Amino acid sequence: METISLLKQLTEAVGIAGREAPVRALITQLWQPLVDEIREDKLGSLIAFKRGADTSAPKLMLAAHMDEIGLVVTGIEEGFIRIARVGGTDRRVLPGLEVTVHGREELPGIVASRPPHVLSEEERKSPVPWDKLFVDVGLPAAQVEALVSVGDFISVRRETVELKNRRVAGKAMDDRAGVAAITLALEHLSYMRHSWDVFAVATAQEETGLKGAITTAYGIAPDLAVALDVTFGKHPGVSEPGVWPLGEGPTIGIGPNFHPRLAARLREVAEAHEIPYKLDPLPGASGTDAWAIQVSREGVPTALIGIPLRYMHQPVEMLAAQDVERAGRLLASFIAGLEADFLKKLAWDTPTDESERRQ
Amino acid sequence: MMLKELSEATGVSGDEENVRSILLRAIREHVDEVRVDALGNILALKRGTTQNGLRVMLAAHMDEVGLMVVGHDGDGFLRVRTVGGVDPRLLPGAALEVGPDHLPGVIGIKPIHLLKSGEEQQVPSIEDLVVDIGATSKDEATKLAPPGTYITFATRFREGSITVSGKAFDDRAGCAVLVEIVRGERFPFDLHAAFTVQEEVGLRGARVAAYAIAPNCAFVLEGTVADDLPKDKDSSPTTRLGHGPAITLMDNTFIAHRGLVRLLTDTAEALGIPYQFKQPGIGGTDAGAIHTSREGVPSATVAVPCRYIHSPVSLLNLDDFNNTITLMREALARLTSSTLRSDL
Repeated sequence: METISLLKQLTEAVGIAGREAPVRALITQLWQPLVDEIREDKLGSLIAFKRGADTSAPKLMLAAHMDEIGLVVTGIEEGFIRIARVGGTDRRVLPGLEVTVHGREELPGIVASRPPHVLSEEERKSPVPWDKLFVDVGLPAAQVEALVSVGDFISVRRETVELKNRRVAGKAMDDRAGVAAITLALEHLSYMRHSWDVFAVATAQEETGLKGAITTAYGIAPDLAVALDVTFGKHPGVSEPGVWPLGEGPTIGIGPNFHPRLAARLREVAEAHEIPYKLDPLPGASGTDAWAIQVSREGVPTALIGIPLRYMHQPVEMLAAQDVERAGRLLASFIAGLEADFLKKLAWDTPTDESERRQ
Repeated sequence: MMLKELSEATGVSGDEENVRSILLRAIREHVDEVRVDALGNILALKRGTTQNGLRVMLAAHMDEVGLMVVGHDGDGFLRVRTVGGVDPRLLPGAALEVGPDHLPGVIGIKPIHLLKSGEEQQVPSIEDLVVDIGATSKDEATKLAPPGTYITFATRFREGSITVSGKAFDDRAGCAVLVEIVRGERFPFDLHAAFTVQEEVGLRGARVAAYAIAPNCAFVLEGTVADDLPKDKDSSPTTRLGHGPAITLMDNTFIAHRGLVRLLTDTAEALGIPYQFKQPGIGGTDAGAIHTSREGVPSATVAVPCRYIHSPVSLLNLDDFNNTITLMREALARLTSSTLRSDL
């Protein structure tokens, strides 16, 4: 599918952490024709299986999280809805935001803001605190009480738009961009031979603590895993290092979360296929599904492909469609090139080619 | 729906052309004379059924608050300033329409993950915010959105059963009310409808419109502040949604004429139309300029209460909107020269 319409479809779908059903249905529909089997696990992650050519081949897990951050109803006061966050929602972008309250019915709402006319100098100087943020669904109090309950989830309502230079902005690019990259990789793989078994996973509840990655990695028990997630894009106000320009390729993570020889293989593949990339040094927790998968069962060699994203956790998350396409191509080329005995090359007691040469 | 079309049109102060052309089309067949003055105000005359000599001005402003491009930086971002009273706290995360071609643009800020301790308590100033249209160089950005380009919120009108939401209800709600009145029956007096420009930058259009019309009295039609959120101590509710048209007694720009206020409240009570007084002391409208025009113009302001004005999306109650139209029509039908006595 054309990348920008794929991104638009995926990002406009709703799927707050723990309530991923709508986006899961969409991904099921997208992946079904590209894989051999598809199932859900008990936490709601989606696991698609694509058989490899080699009957005794090892298992590769791909993970991108399908959940998005959002809000939850904590109370109703005079018909206005009090809110708290689900995942790392940034209160600085909430006033004036259009949302959907998932009550007994789907209710369009607005995060209330007090107009500048009535604010004191003091109030203008700081972002609205959580206890002064309300969602307004424009209905009389009695009707709100009847339709909305404490614990109902609230999602951001935002149309995804295409900007200049194939840049795309909207909500939930984190991490539907990763889901899109896996989708593109699966499309490529339908024309390519691969010996390994591939488990493509759209994980649940990443934003609330990598929960879907924990259970799916256990369930699949992969021999190798690659997570796809967004990484920080460069724009005014953020300072280097650790932020990446849009449109200059995906990143490959290096650091304790990643098997160095697996990361090296990704680099070799990128170079062989002339796919531009950057190395993203992550000195500790990567904050992605890769962090949980790496320590599943007896341990899993893990890698991370990052897609640079501006304005993370804001309703205007922006990326370059080219970077998603490159991540998809890198992933597919990597998978197609995996030899049946690749695992041997990752064993810590096996010398690398370089150390062999040195001997 | 007139309000939908008006709300979705872009028209920041000084750039009201899109709104003006919608309104000209909407009223042309219902008035006897119409012209656009030197500043861009629409001045329309609907003659009265009698020659009682009364000239009544009804005004609503066409312009809305927004942003303007003032510069570009090396990586293709637009530097902007506010036009009218935009709270910079509402800009992060906003979706925008840039320039006459409605290019999509967004404003994002430093992600929450990268904030240093204390930074989450800071409000980015307009000088620190940039608009991102996807341009990758200063040249490209300058070509697509040169200095002076106007920017509005990209907000679609949404119609519910009880309330509607959309951008710029301040004052497209007033414009929509005025269109309904102009399209209705003639009054005994000459009705001068003024759709004004540049209210949000200092009531500029109303000043010259009032001079040109030289009315005996004036009514300003507005979408006004409804600040009725739950508060610890509700000292200033301004107006409340669903409680009827809001009549101003006094605001930061004028004191309403008692005779006109009484005409409005007597009419509302006689017909059982709900109404409320806007709590004194907040905001201002074109009446501030009109009532001091020439030798003075008895003036009043009637408004549709709107939540979240000057933000990307405001919300009003349809009963309030329709009651504002009815109240204005009925009050005007009862207006005589004795309403304007100064000894009331």
